[in-house]
Amino acid sequence: MSDRPLTRNIDMRREPFNLQQYRQAEGYGAVLRMLREQAPADVLETVKNSGLKGRGGAGFPTGLKWSFVPTGEGAPKTKYLVVNADEMEPGTFKDRLLMEGDPHLLIEGMIIAAYTIQASTAYIFLRGEYLRAEKLLRQAIAEAREAGLLGPNIQGSGFSLEIILHTSAGRYICGEETALLNALEGKRANPRAKPPFPQVSGLWGKPTIVNNVETICNLPGIVRYGIDWYKKLGKGADAGTKLCGVSGRVKNPGCWELPLGTPIRELLEERAGGMSDGYALRAFLPGGGSTDFLLPEHLDLTLDYDVIGKAGSRLATGTMIILDDQTCPVGMVGNLMRFFSHESCGWCTPCRDGLPWVDAIFQRLERGEGRHEDLDILTEHLTYLGPGRTFCALAPGAMAPLGSALKHFREDFEAHIGSGGCPWPK
Amino acid sequence: MSSQIIASSASTVVARALSEQERHEIDHELTLYPDKRAVGLEALKIVQKHQGWVSDESLHAVANYLEMSAHELDGVATFFNLIFRQPVGRRVMLFCDSVSCYIMGCDRIKAHISKRLGIDYGETTADGEYTLIPVPCLGDCDRAPVMLMDGEQQRNLTPEKIDALLSRTDAAKTDAADKGDA
Repeated sequence: MSDRPLTRNIDMRREPFNLQQYRQAEGYGAVLRMLREQAPADVLETVKNSGLKGRGGAGFPTGLKWSFVPTGEGAPKTKYLVVNADEMEPGTFKDRLLMEGDPHLLIEGMIIAAYTIQASTAYIFLRGEYLRAEKLLRQAIAEAREAGLLGPNIQGSGFSLEIILHTSAGRYICGEETALLNALEGKRANPRAKPPFPQVSGLWGKPTIVNNVETICNLPGIVRYGIDWYKKLGKGADAGTKLCGVSGRVKNPGCWELPLGTPIRELLEERAGGMSDGYALRAFLPGGGSTDFLLPEHLDLTLDYDVIGKAGSRLATGTMIILDDQTCPVGMVGNLMRFFSHESCGWCTPCRDGLPWVDAIFQRLERGEGRHEDLDILTEHLTYLGPGRTFCALAPGAMAPLGSALKHFREDFEAHIGSGGCPWPK
Repeated sequence: MSSQIIASSASTVVARALSEQERHEIDHELTLYPDKRAVGLEALKIVQKHQGWVSDESLHAVANYLEMSAHELDGVATFFNLIFRQPVGRRVMLFCDSVSCYIMGCDRIKAHISKRLGIDYGETTADGEYTLIPVPCLGDCDRAPVMLMDGEQQRNLTPEKIDALLSRTDAAKTDAADKGDA
C-alpha cells in the first residue's frame, strides 16, 4: 500500500514502467480480480462510496456522474468512455506527469471505468502538443493489448475493450466535455446544449462518460485497496490524494501528490521551497487560470474542495500560479484575458464579443490609454459573462481571476490610468 | 485580406492526388471511428505531416476522400491551432505565451527571438526556415518559459539558450550544405 497511489511508480529521471515492471508493482492485479469477481454495479457502488470527485476542474462526484448512464435490458448496447487528456488550463501541468510517468496506470483505470459503464470502446482525447505522452501511451496500449489486457474477451472475462488514442490539434475549448465530443466526431469544437447530458446522449448520440486523466488514475487504487484506505488518504473532508502544482517565482516549482486537506502553506513553503530570493508573495490562483485569486492570508487554508470554495475560489485543477510582488497584477490578468479571448470558440455572443472587449481594455490600460469608465465596463462584464449567461463555463471561468483582481488590486488598475500606462518596470 | 479569401473560395480548386502513404495512414484511422467524417482532423494532420501544410488542393483531396464538403472540412481545419492553412517554415516554434510563462518573463524571450530572426508571431523567415506561433499553455509551467520546436520541448528558456538552439540548427544546416545534401 502506498500513500501516493498516483505517483508511486513515477520517477521522471527514468523511462516509465513497461508492462512487466508495472505488473511486478502489483499493476493490473486488482482489475483482473474485479473482472472475475465483481459485477459492474458493485464497482459503481465502490466508486460512489469512495468519495472520489472529478480532478479535471469541476470536482463533480465521479460515481454520481457514472450513475446517470443507462443500464440494464433496455439500455443502448453501445456506450463510450472518453478520457479528457486535453490539458490546456493555463498553469496546469499535472496530467502530463501521469501520462509520461506511468501510462499503464491510466490504462488500468480506463478498464475499470469502461467495465463499470459497460463500454467496449474508449477514446483518449490527447492534446496534440503532448508528443511524449502520445508515444508512451501508444506503446503501453500496444503492450496491454499484446498481453490480452485489452481487446476482445479480456482474460476470459467476457468483457472486451479497445482503447483508441486520438490526438487533437490545439484549442482550449476542447477541454469542455461536450466540445470535446464534437471534436472527436470530427466537427468544430463548439460546446453542446445540456441536457441531454453526455451520460445519456454523448459521442455519436450514445451514452458517454468523459473523465479527466487524474480522475481515472485514482481508480486502480480504490479497487485494489478499498474505500476505507482511500478515504483515510485525505486529511480533511475530501477523500484521496491530489496532484498539486506550483509555478511562478518560487524556489522549486513542480508538481507533487499530496493528501487532500494538506495546508496550502505546506505546498508552497515545503514542496515548492517558498518564494525565490528577492520576491514576496502577493496572491495566487489556487487551481489554474479560471480560479479566483487568494491572498497570503489564505495560506493556512487546506486543499479541500469546500474549504477553497468557502474562501471564494476553487481548488479546480490544483495547480497554483503564484503572483509575486514584482509582477504587474494587471499584466498577469491581461495575459489571462488575452488567452480566454483567443480561445473563445465563438459559439455564443457574450463570450465571442465580451472577451475581446475585455482584452482590448487591458491593452488600452497597458498602453496608457485607459479611462476610468473602463474599470466600470470590466465590472459589468463580470455579470454579463458570469455563470448562467453563456453557453459553457469558459467565459465565467475567465471572470474569476478578473473579478477577484478588480477587488484585490484596485489600486494597481487605477495606477494604469492617466499615468502613461503600466507603471511596472519591464 | 477578406477579398482574397472570397476570391480563393470562389475559384475552382483541383484536388491533388493523395499519396499512397497518405491514403494508407488515413485508411488506418478510418478503422478506429464509426464514420468517415470523424477522421477529418486526423487526416488533415496526416497530410500536413507529409506536405508541411494543408493547401486548398490537399483540403479538397481529403474532403473527397472522406466524402464530405470541403467547406465543412475547412471549418474544422481553421478551428484548430495546429493545422496550418498557409505554408510554414521547416522549423515551427510553438511558443507558450500563457500565464506562468508570462510571469517567468516569456515576453523578453519572444522579443529576443523576434529580433534574431526578424519575425513576429505568425511570420516565417525569408529563408523558409523558421515560423513563430504562440500556443496556449504547453503544460510545462514548472519549467517556464517553454516552447515546442522540432517535436522537442525546450524548457527554462533564456536568451542564451535561444542563441544556442538557433546556432545549433544553423550549424546543422551548414554541415548539410557542405555535404551536398541540403
